[in-house]
Amino acid sequence: MAGRRGRAGEHPVTTMALVPRSPRGARSPAAQNLAPARFRPPGPGVPRLLAGIGGLPPGLEGHQLRYGPMPVRGLARGRPGRLIDLAEASGLTGRGGAGFPTGRKMRSVAAGPGSKVVVANGAEGEPASRKDRLLLTRLPHLVLDGIALAAEAVGASEAYLCVHGSQDSLLHSLDRAVLERQAADLDPVRIEVVGLPHRYVSSEQSSIVQFLNGGPAVPTFSPPRPHERGVNGNPTLVHNVETLAHLALIARFGDRWFRRAGLPSAPGTTLVTVSGAVRNPGVYEIELGTSAGQVVALADGPTEPLQALLIGGYFGAWLPVSAAWPVPMTHAGLKAAGGALGAGIVIALPASCCPIAETARVIRYLAEETAGQCGPCVFGLPALADALAQLAFSGGASGSDGSSGPDRGRSLAEIAALIRVVEGRGACRHPDGATQLARSMLRAFPADALRHERQGPCHGVARPPLLPLPGDEERDWDFR
Amino acid sequence: MSLTLRVNPIACVGHGMCAELLPEVIELDRWGYPILTARTVPRPLVDHAKRAVRACPTLALLLEQGTGKHR
Repeated sequence: MAGRRGRAGEHPVTTMALVPRSPRGARSPAAQNLAPARFRPPGPGVPRLLAGIGGLPPGLEGHQLRYGPMPVRGLARGRPGRLIDLAEASGLTGRGGAGFPTGRKMRSVAAGPGSKVVVANGAEGEPASRKDRLLLTRLPHLVLDGIALAAEAVGASEAYLCVHGSQDSLLHSLDRAVLERQAADLDPVRIEVVGLPHRYVSSEQSSIVQFLNGGPAVPTFSPPRPHERGVNGNPTLVHNVETLAHLALIARFGDRWFRRAGLPSAPGTTLVTVSGAVRNPGVYEIELGTSAGQVVALADGPTEPLQALLIGGYFGAWLPVSAAWPVPMTHAGLKAAGGALGAGIVIALPASCCPIAETARVIRYLAEETAGQCGPCVFGLPALADALAQLAFSGGASGSDGSSGPDRGRSLAEIAALIRVVEGRGACRHPDGATQLARSMLRAFPADALRHERQGPCHGVARPPLLPLPGDEERDWDFR
Repeated sequence: MSLTLRVNPIACVGHGMCAELLPEVIELDRWGYPILTARTVPRPLVDHAKRAVRACPTLALLLEQGTGKHR
């Protein structure tokens, strides 16, 4: 297992190659001596995206040494839509969370009327995700290649790369990278780097489109969806930055190369951010279909006994550790297990933590992060957060003494009722993400939930919060 | 082709007119926002549904042709 290390922001990031199961992952000794692998595909397995980190001159020069020149004009010769065919044949799906087929989205934008717009979404609203920031800080040209290639393929005349605006150093480094490319006359369109307001809902695709149109960065009512009518009313292709980085490799090495990693039904590799009670938290590249247990092993295993994994981030789901361990990291595999792959977040929850308290904190955060537009979300998420906090920290009684009273034993029913009333009633998926997490808590930890309701908080609530939340240091978690 | 109801949750501020005028298909949640108990409007209720759509002060209730596949 060959390792490469890098840093993304304040968080240590380790990038490692995992070659799971497949004997095709083995490289011949001769191939290993060719470093850097000039103009060669970065091997059939992993790392692919992360193969470009370290060991080369920084900037455009090192990028081109590693991956070869961007084939934008070569691909376009004859037929601009060639990359769309490749994307469709590759089976690449969106890496931002929804997992929609990339080629199909490109085709529908390309077929739309008038001029087109490409938006790269690197805002990464998920507090426990670091993969997009890693790509943008360490491999910006791979993402920018993807933007340029996608713009060429759908016939776009404008392109934007959106990141959170609070990251000044990232904005500057991306601006420098774009200038470097302009000097080399590389891109068919001008790429504008845009800073979004730092909020959870800002990274939702309709939020970005509304912001680029001069409005607030909050979700809009759909349809029309961005691919129908987006920036300036034009068909707009919104892709996650990791999706675009994969696209940049597919343009170079082809759809068959892409399919040599992962499963036939879920081809390729994906970036995952592993944190919680693991020895080496960080961003890893895995083949799709790698089991959740192998992902924890990649991060050098647990630091203490685990009880559950939170997979998919705060719109994801809790899975008890025994159920989660063999689950393949694919959209279908996780869905079948009652979870979600989301943007590839894996958080290991130790047995000493209280899953009810952890969930209550995250739902409180999500309630605070509502865009404030839709009544069921504005009123429902705070009510759900209150009911969960009640269960977590006071044990199901709503009396101020927290010990007894007629309401004891009613908070679980209240939580279930609130989940039902909130779900599916917002303009965006924000309320649904929160209810999915709360529902998975009830399903994964029924005994803990009952114990809290009947006997009060467990010892675990006294532990410092495990799941990261922005602005945690100023927060009072009213542990009672 | 059937008629389906949809609420624009951003425009809706919970006046509750729709539930008054079309209680067969619309009820209100505990905060006063409409819950559609059926997407498709039964034929005998179509006129009532049109009245509810017209009565909404924020134009948040929509009556559309189609399957109601959009949320």
